[in-house]
Amino acid sequence: MCDLQNTTTTLARLENVSKRYGNVTALNGLSLSVNAGEILALLGPNGAGKTTAVSLLLNLVEADTGKVSLFNQDPHELSARQRIGVMLQSAALPETLRVSELITLTQSYYRFPRDLTEIAEMAAIVDLLQRPYGKLSGGQQRRVQFAMAICARVDILFLDEPTVGLDIEAREAMWASLRKLVAQGCAIVLTTHYLEEAEALANRVMVIAQGSVIAEGTVESLRSRVALRKIRCVSRLNIADIKHWPHIESVGHDGQYLTIQTTDAESVSRRLLAEDPALEQLEIKRAGLAEAFIELTKEQVS
Amino acid sequence: MNAVSTQSNYSAFSVYVTEAKFEFIRMLRMPMFALPALVFPAMFYLLFGVLMGKGKPEVSAYLLATYCIFGVMGPGLFGFGVSVALEKDQGWLKWRRAVPALPGAYFVSKMTMALIFAFIIFVELAVLAGTFGGVDLNVLQWSQLMVISMLSALPFCALGLVIGILVNGQAAPAIVNFIYLPMAFLSGLWLPINLLPKFLGALAPIWPSYHASQIALKVIGDDLGTPIWVHISYLAVFTLGMLWLAMTLWSRMKVK
Repeated sequence: MCDLQNTTTTLARLENVSKRYGNVTALNGLSLSVNAGEILALLGPNGAGKTTAVSLLLNLVEADTGKVSLFNQDPHELSARQRIGVMLQSAALPETLRVSELITLTQSYYRFPRDLTEIAEMAAIVDLLQRPYGKLSGGQQRRVQFAMAICARVDILFLDEPTVGLDIEAREAMWASLRKLVAQGCAIVLTTHYLEEAEALANRVMVIAQGSVIAEGTVESLRSRVALRKIRCVSRLNIADIKHWPHIESVGHDGQYLTIQTTDAESVSRRLLAEDPALEQLEIKRAGLAEAFIELTKEQVS
Repeated sequence: MNAVSTQSNYSAFSVYVTEAKFEFIRMLRMPMFALPALVFPAMFYLLFGVLMGKGKPEVSAYLLATYCIFGVMGPGLFGFGVSVALEKDQGWLKWRRAVPALPGAYFVSKMTMALIFAFIIFVELAVLAGTFGGVDLNVLQWSQLMVISMLSALPFCALGLVIGILVNGQAAPAIVNFIYLPMAFLSGLWLPINLLPKFLGALAPIWPSYHASQIALKVIGDDLGTPIWVHISYLAVFTLGMLWLAMTLWSRMKVK
C-alpha cells in the first residue's frame, strides 16, 4: 500500500528528548522520527510516555533537554502546525456548537480545507452534522474529533488513542479511512495500547515503556516477540542447562519459581516434565504485550 | 504534498471573524450564560426602574444608566471568568494549542461576544425605559449611553480573564457571582450612592463599576460631579493593569 523506499523524507523528529514532571521521568532520552507517508504506531502501556512524546510535537509540552522539530521548525510555529491534523486523547469541545459548526471552525485555521461532505463520509458522521456536540454519545464525539483532525489536507495526522470507546464497526471504518488517507500521501502517528490496531495499520511500530523506546520495527518482527509464552513452575532443573534447549528465549528465577520465555511452550513443557518428575505448579501464560516489553526492558538493564 | 489542494481562502481576518461568530453562537445557546445575561438586567430594571419608580421618569432615567452598567458587566465577567476557567480545565485550550488556531482570536472572539451581548442588553433596557419608563432622551444622549455601555464591558472582560486564569472551572461561577453582585451594589448600581451606608458610599470609588456608572450618569446629568477624566483614567488604568496581570499569569497557567 505504501512504498517505504520512496518515502524516506523525515517530517517530524524527536532527538534524545527528556521530560520530567516533578519526580516522574516521563521521557528518558527518547528519539523518534516520522517519515512521509507512513503509519507509525507508538505502542505501550498506559503511562509509558506515548502521549508525552506526541505532546512535544504538538506544542503542548516543552522538552527539558533534546531537540523537537516539526517540518524542521519549532512546533510553536503556526506554519508548522498548519500541516498537521490533531486528535487528542481527551478534549472537551464546546457542547452547544453543532458538529458542522465545529468542523467549519476548525477548517478556518487551515489553508487547504477538505470538502465537508468528504470529511463527513470519512468520519462516518453524515447523520450527526446538525446535532449539538454535547448531545452525542462518547463514541460519536470521538468520531467528530476525528472529523476535526481530518478537516484539512495535512502532511501528518496525530491520533492519540483514536479508537478508544468506539465499537468494532466504527473502529474498522476509521481504520479504512486512515488507510485511504495514507494512500493520499498523509503520514499518521498513532498512539495506541491495542496491538491489533498497530497490526492492522502500522508500517512501523515503536514500543515505548518507562519513557524510552524499547523496541522498534515492522509489525511482523513485533508479532514474533509477542508470540512468546511464559512458563512458570517449581523445579530443581538447572537454569544454565535449560538455556541450551531449543526455542528458549530466556530463563530466570522469580522467587521460588523458575520462569522461561519460549516460542514453543508445548515442546519445552513436555521436556521439563520428562526431565524433572518432581516438577510442580506448572503454568503457561501468553505474554501480554505490555508484559513482554517490560521483560525486554528488564533484560536491557541487566 | 498537497496534490489536491482546494482554493485557499485563508486569512487571519477570516479566522478572527469565524471564531467570533461561533463564540457568540455558542454562548447564546448556553442557557446558564445567556438567560441571566439577557434577562436579569431587563427584569430587574422593569421591576425597580419602571414599576417601583412609577411616575418618576428621573428615577427611571437614573436606574437606566446604572442598570446599563450592571447589565454589561455580566457578559464580560462570565464570558471570560467562567469560560476561561472551564476551557483551561477541560481541554479546549489544550486542543487550541495543538491545532493552528490563532492565540489572539481566542481573546478577541470572547471580547466581541461580550460587546454584542452588551449591545443587546443596552437595547433591551433602552426600549423598556423609553416605552414604559417615560425616559425621554435625545438622539445624542441615547447614542452616548450606548457607546458608554458597550465600552464599559471591556474592563470587566479584563477582570473576568484574570479570574478565569486564577480559579478552576468548578469554582468559577460562584466566585464571579461573589465579585459581580456585591460590586454592583457597592457601586450604587441598584441604589444611589447616597442611600448606601456612609462608609460604603465613601469606598465606592474603589470599584470600576462605580466609575463606569458615573460616566453613564453624566449623560443624563445625574452624576456626583467628579470630572469625567478621573473616571476614564481610572478605567483605563484598571483595564490595562488587569491585562498586564492576565498576560503575566497566562504564560504560567496550567492547562489540562
